[in-house]
Amino acid sequence: MTMPYYVSPEQVMKDRAEYAQKGIARGRALVGTVYDNGIVIVAENPSRSLRKISEIYDRIAFAGVGRYNEFDQLRVAGIRHADTKGFAFSRNDVEARSLANLYAQYLGQVFTHEMKPLEVEILVAELGTAPHSDQLFHIAYEGTITDEQDYAVLGGDTEVIRKRMAEAYRPGWKLEDAIRTCVRVLSGPGREITSSELEVAVLDRSNGERSFKRISQEAIDAIISPKKAARPKSSSSK
Amino acid sequence: MSLPIFSPTDDPGPNFMATLARTYQRYPGWYLRGSGMETMVGEPDGINSSLPSWTGNRISDLIRHGTTILALRYRDGVIVAGDRRATEGHLIAYRNMEKVMRVDQYSAMAIAGAAGPAVEMARLFSTQLEHYEKVEGVSLSTEGKANQLGQMVREHLALAMRGMLVIPIFAGYDLQAGNGRIYTFDVTGGHYIEGEHAAEGSGGRNARSVLKQFWHAEIDRDAALALAIEALVEAADEDIATGPPDTLRGIYPIVATITSSGYQAIDDDETASLVHSLYDRLQTRTETGERRWPR
Repeated sequence: MTMPYYVSPEQVMKDRAEYAQKGIARGRALVGTVYDNGIVIVAENPSRSLRKISEIYDRIAFAGVGRYNEFDQLRVAGIRHADTKGFAFSRNDVEARSLANLYAQYLGQVFTHEMKPLEVEILVAELGTAPHSDQLFHIAYEGTITDEQDYAVLGGDTEVIRKRMAEAYRPGWKLEDAIRTCVRVLSGPGREITSSELEVAVLDRSNGERSFKRISQEAIDAIISPKKAARPKSSSSK
Repeated sequence: MSLPIFSPTDDPGPNFMATLARTYQRYPGWYLRGSGMETMVGEPDGINSSLPSWTGNRISDLIRHGTTILALRYRDGVIVAGDRRATEGHLIAYRNMEKVMRVDQYSAMAIAGAAGPAVEMARLFSTQLEHYEKVEGVSLSTEGKANQLGQMVREHLALAMRGMLVIPIFAGYDLQAGNGRIYTFDVTGGHYIEGEHAAEGSGGRNARSVLKQFWHAEIDRDAALALAIEALVEAADEDIATGPPDTLRGIYPIVATITSSGYQAIDDDETASLVHSLYDRLQTRTETGERRWPR
């Protein structure tokens, strides 16, 4: 029988963190920010069916980056938690803070006790009843939870994107401005992201009880490149 | 509460009832198990000698019951309606009951029978539809929704046999087929699609007679709404458990339309005016000798 080599706990944690970071950095980033009437999440996502952004409950949205199967499992768990809670108590008793805490505990648990950490970072956004009570909870792969102000950046290359976002963010801006800026911030200079590579969804105060809504590709086109969006229409009418 | 994460081999999928069962070790029909109701429900016909004597030892006298509900198809979709009365035995228990409930954007459920379990069933059903939609990213088909509700009715069979019968009507707008759909149910969970109209509950038989006489395939919104109101008024005229429109308190039947643009509850002002114009018509009919009632 061979004796296992001694590895210090510091080294174990460092290796795990590095492993998770590498996994996350391979994926593309997403940005979530507040605007005058709600919260918008913009993700770079070439797939039309494997979603990064999802509805959790009336005023709560979820977004994940990293390994799809891992954050999708967390997404479904969030929906289950919210629906069970809303059914057992009342729709008003479902709130993001407790869900964010559960996510943090689970991610922390997996990070310290399992062989492999989850290669994901998630965003739990909650629309407040008043404009300044919106919340963005950013939860990292090891269970660190951050209550972000104004905007959150998740995924690979976040340092650069966060810096760009810090410069571009304007308090109380309109949805169209927010989307345009988020796309520009994600793409960076010298690169263009088309609407087919984007997934955009909002929690909007004017949407009624279930405030989550996806923005269609046509609508994104009309916002990020109004000229291009108008062109195919005129050519098809000929 | 912990995060409800399951192993892939034991995952309840988009089924909310299965998730509930795993989370709470309870299942629809939990009214029976460990809820105290098993002591109350005695014989299969709902007779229990330990009940107070004024109830005649009948369970149904202790439990709130909803009565007449109906649905009819019309040109743009489907209309669902119900009276407002709930009874406990021969007493009026509640005057404001809402027996028609929106379950999602394109469907509604109306309930007749034991009110407690019926409302709980409606809540469970609507949560199930929303849960499926969020987990899967698409809505259930109209047929899928009716099937789900049928399963819930079947889960309730044991209690139904002990006097706590719940009979729903499910109505929805099928976006793919582009028309309104009505489903009725029996206690065993069987669900049956109705091509024209349906009525359930104690006054259902009377309501159905009215629908049968005046319904036609091309009926438009206004005529269909008037017909729904007339059917409910007729039911209330014959059945003590069905409440007539209460003009004194301003309590009118709950009526909703479901069309390609979704579920729309008819507001009280419109129902009130429908009721009053029906009363005017009945008055004229009586005066001209065209029809006898009201005497």
